Amino acid sequence: MSSETKQILTTDGIPLEVSLKKAEKKNKIKAFLLVAPLLLFLIITYIFPIGEMLFRSVDDRMVTNMLPKTFKAMEKWDGKELPPEEVFEAFYLDYKFLVEKKTFGKLATQLNYEKNGFKSILKKLQRKMKKFEQGNYKEQIMNVHKRWANVEYWRAIKRRAPDITYSKYLKAMDMYENEDGKISQVSEDRRVHRILWLRTLEIAFFVTILCFLMAYPIAHLLATLPMKYSNLLMICVLLPFWTSLLVRTASWMILLQQQGIVNDFFVWIGLVGEENRPEMMYNKTGTYVAMTQILLPFMVLPLYSVMKTISPSLMRAGKSLGGTPFVAFWKVYFPLTIPGIGAGCLLVFILAIGYYITPALVGGASGTLISNQIAFHMKSTLDWSFASAMGLMLLTGVLVIYWIYNKLVGVDNIKLG
Amino acid sequence: MALPKYTETRYRIWHYFYLFICTCVFFFLIAPLFVIFPLSFNAEEFLVFSDGMKRLDPDAFSLRWYKDMIYGTKNPWGLATKNSFIIATFATIGSVILGTVAALGLSSRHMPYKGIIMATLISPMIVPLIISGVAIFFFMAKAGLAATHTGIILAHIVLGTPFVVITVTATLSGFDHSVTRAASSLGSDPVNTFMKITLPLILPGVISGGLFAFVTSFDEVVVVLFLAGLDNTTIPIQMWTGLREQLSPTILAVATCLIVLSTLILVTAELLRRRSERIRGISR
Repeated sequence: MSSETKQILTTDGIPLEVSLKKAEKKNKIKAFLLVAPLLLFLIITYIFPIGEMLFRSVDDRMVTNMLPKTFKAMEKWDGKELPPEEVFEAFYLDYKFLVEKKTFGKLATQLNYEKNGFKSILKKLQRKMKKFEQGNYKEQIMNVHKRWANVEYWRAIKRRAPDITYSKYLKAMDMYENEDGKISQVSEDRRVHRILWLRTLEIAFFVTILCFLMAYPIAHLLATLPMKYSNLLMICVLLPFWTSLLVRTASWMILLQQQGIVNDFFVWIGLVGEENRPEMMYNKTGTYVAMTQILLPFMVLPLYSVMKTISPSLMRAGKSLGGTPFVAFWKVYFPLTIPGIGAGCLLVFILAIGYYITPALVGGASGTLISNQIAFHMKSTLDWSFASAMGLMLLTGVLVIYWIYNKLVGVDNIKLG
Repeated sequence: MALPKYTETRYRIWHYFYLFICTCVFFFLIAPLFVIFPLSFNAEEFLVFSDGMKRLDPDAFSLRWYKDMIYGTKNPWGLATKNSFIIATFATIGSVILGTVAALGLSSRHMPYKGIIMATLISPMIVPLIISGVAIFFFMAKAGLAATHTGIILAHIVLGTPFVVITVTATLSGFDHSVTRAASSLGSDPVNTFMKITLPLILPGVISGGLFAFVTSFDEVVVVLFLAGLDNTTIPIQMWTGLREQLSPTILAVATCLIVLSTLILVTAELLRRRSERIRGISR
């Protein structure tokens, strides 16, 4: 607007531009105020606790606070040979304090995460300590158990000195920080987590592929059949979608058991003998079959909603221009369904990668995923910081896919039912 | 889908092959649910079809496991059912209120940072349940709400709101805003306009979002596993425990009831969806 033009004023004499901006701002605030309650609720009960997981996964002040004198004395120790007398004395005083406060069990658990074998020697020390004499603690502690004379254990204690640690993340990748502060891999027979991560990716990937291969034909059929038939068939997709996950898993447990119907059928058609019915549950097969069936509706629905919008005349045009039905399908129809394929595959992959219930029930030992490991550490070993670290690694992966999904499909385009 | 008469044989064969594949997939989807029905009426306690059942002998069928579900000694299902309904009802109410109000704000064209806020509000649906479970558990433990109904209800509101937000924003996307402007020009205040004009029009979307929230809460196991104490056991928790320990026919009786319930919910949701499409068709 050039300055010579007379400013347009509203009835109360304020320039229109200012007045409009004011109204816009008011509307913005109004809209935001409507969203605010839910946003605030989610931030407090959900987003913030996830942040706390991050904090928990790196927080290592527990041991630092339990052994303040020891770590102070250890500052001067280079970690090459056994620590000097002052360190032993400081450790004795710290530990004595913990024994008096009856919190020494926590220290044993924490140090045992760092190096196996701490639990028993700390217990032994606690029993023998009552008879300790003043002075020369180094000798007395070393006499309790030969491991106390092993420099490795003292290095393990020193490693817990900093307030922040990323050792849990290394542990989740089957790595650790060795004595020289270098990152190295754990011995081959103990690399459990990497197998789990790879298996999670593998199962999520193949379940997505299987779902896609099965969903594409039926979504196409549903989209091209006349309404009255497709509505009926749609129930076959929607009923499993609305049915409880546990009910569906239970039905697979019945079907796949060794005396179950699927095995009966295999014996009946002569595929396998009566004597050697295959194990189809409590292994990877069970996880694959059950997860594919459970996640299939999540692939069918986005594909269907995209296919529904493709006009049948396009295929006819393709054919009339000389394409065989296969060429017409491949060159005309298939490219148009790609948005639906993207949406469905990303959704199924995201859901599959974090699956917990079904693998836990039908997966056995060889069919469990990383989620099961997280639950195991939350409920059984109570190593919550390790569970948090693994959870956040999984979350990062999911958020990356979510971000791609948001870019490609847009979260506001998710269709339900 | 009938083929034209001039179709070549190879395409005809291909077409029947395609229909065969589709039939197999539909069978794979729906058949597992129907195994549960007959076995829940089994007179014996094995989870296989007995010879009597194969011969359709009436003596091989009984209501034994349904009786066990309702009157069985020390049976956990009564308490679990009560808890499940209480939790799901309150979680639904909370999700619907918070979600609908937020959806109204999100659908306004004045809403700032719409993309990122929407992504945040939907995130509980995308983030793996195990992570949500761990995070919510940390919060509830700190707030002193672990092993209480309130804690579980709040957790389920978190998990249920994305569904309400999605369905209600979808309904509002076809909403004709001139009706609300007409209402305000006739002197109605915003609350009155919402109750009298907007809500009745978007009600199908709100209810179907509510149904999603209800089902989410009613089926949810992972988060409740972290939060529930002995008094807060729900149907899914009992099923989970039962499935892990021993698969008994009583569980199948419960499962049958759940399938009937989900069928009812499915029918309601479908009717609502069609009604909502009709209303939106008129308002355009």
